[in-house]
Amino acid sequence: MRAFTYERVQSPAEAAAAALRRPGSRFIAGGTNLLDLMKLEIETPTHLIDVNGLGLDKVEPTGDGGLRIGALVRNTDLAADMRVRRDYGVLSRALLAGASAQLRNKATTAGNLLQRTRCPYFYDTNQPCNKRLPGSGCSAIGGYTRGHAIVGQSTACIATHPSDMAVAMQLLDAGVETVAADGVRRTIPIADFYRLPGNTPHIETALRQGELITAVTLPRPLGGQHFYQKVRDRASYAFALVSVAAVVQADGTGRVAVGGVAHRPWRVPGAEQALPQGGKAFSALLLAGARTTEENAFKVVLVQRTIDSLLAQARKGQA
Amino acid sequence: MQDSSDIDHTRRNVLITGALSASAAAVPLAAAQSPSTGASTTQATLAPVTGKVSLTVNGSRFEKDVDTRTTLLDLLREHMHLNGTKKGCDQGQCGACTVIVDGRRINACLSLAIMHEGAQVTTIEGLGQPGKLHPMQAAFIKHDGYQCGYCTPGQICSAVAALDEVKRGIPSHVSGDLTAQPMLSLDELRERMSGNICRCGAYSNIVDAINEVAGGRS
Repeated sequence: MRAFTYERVQSPAEAAAAALRRPGSRFIAGGTNLLDLMKLEIETPTHLIDVNGLGLDKVEPTGDGGLRIGALVRNTDLAADMRVRRDYGVLSRALLAGASAQLRNKATTAGNLLQRTRCPYFYDTNQPCNKRLPGSGCSAIGGYTRGHAIVGQSTACIATHPSDMAVAMQLLDAGVETVAADGVRRTIPIADFYRLPGNTPHIETALRQGELITAVTLPRPLGGQHFYQKVRDRASYAFALVSVAAVVQADGTGRVAVGGVAHRPWRVPGAEQALPQGGKAFSALLLAGARTTEENAFKVVLVQRTIDSLLAQARKGQA
Repeated sequence: MQDSSDIDHTRRNVLITGALSASAAAVPLAAAQSPSTGASTTQATLAPVTGKVSLTVNGSRFEKDVDTRTTLLDLLREHMHLNGTKKGCDQGQCGACTVIVDGRRINACLSLAIMHEGAQVTTIEGLGQPGKLHPMQAAFIKHDGYQCGYCTPGQICSAVAALDEVKRGIPSHVSGDLTAQPMLSLDELRERMSGNICRCGAYSNIVDAINEVAGGRS
């Protein structure tokens, strides 16, 4: 790990200003992904800004019947919040499907949104990677691609986004509240938050230099039955091959977002009108234009069958 | 180096010691070292920076100036010589370093010591000692919940905290009804302990030990 200086800040504006003042700095909260990457010198901040003292650790109702989740709310606490369990079950389920209890006890809401890909070529500093070192090339393309993206990928990057929580947030149309170094606050719709890799896979979100996430907001509850099905190589504590977040209404309509298939949580709202026709019709639209390799073509079938399985459970009222 | 007493703990708490010396010692990242595969930045490399941390471990207060890079795990093992907590993968994947901080189990390897100012830490040594074992330690012995024993301190700290999480009503991935008080089934125990890997494969006996302490019948 490279040496770094360290400071604690007391307000979001102070945090954003500190980041602007110190190029090469990173915010740190739970640190469960950042420290991992710093040990491998994939992340090399020269300055850490500890934001744990900002008090952004509450889940509160919003004026329009939704919830505002503080950026520092730990994954365990968010998954266990009774309002989330009751009204946003898909979010609680997604959180509980991710990582281990130890990691969920530390990991924060904002940090979970910002975790980096687990592409093994991103992690292997002996290999070129456009996300780690822009312009160096992509070792995954032509490499072992079983875990890689099947939609939205580019010739520069085929990595997937690893978060379960973010898939549920995408489904729920969450908003990402931020404050910038100049004090300006904005809310970024989650649909606009994550970028596809394009030619700049190292730029993963709409956040600007020094911009700090202060909260994630959820609109009013959707009702319906909530599902989060994660398919992985072992029963627990593994990243998804594919995961499906779904909210299905009594009339068979609903929403679906999918993880493990793209550089960001994958949702195509225009495809959801086909959901009552079944997983095959819907996933044909959801994954239209998919480009697969011999090793990851199974993901197309797995997405379709997982959705079919959830729709069947929904018909039986088994959420 | 700046004396630790000079460090301002009131508001900004910037640990500038290393930054001052680094401005003189700064060298550009050696691009020639790894022209195509290195780290993603071209920032200067800083000289080591230290900062003061004071925390309570197993009821005893401890205070020291440490390199900012020191993990909680290395603080416990290398600075406090509490070697019960083990370093397995050092990247949050195995759970051997599990300790209980402010009532919650965490991976000590993925946590910086300086970020635990004022924390209350319990390690395996704090749970119990020979002659005065914690019930979970005694149950692991009774049920032979280990083979080589390397993962055991982490397993035991994790198990103690896991039962507390059930008591506090925190659901898990395998909880059927999200809004109900979680059950203490074997499936629940297995899921809740999935962050602790045992490469000897003593899982069956580990679950028996935890189940006994939880009040179940194994």
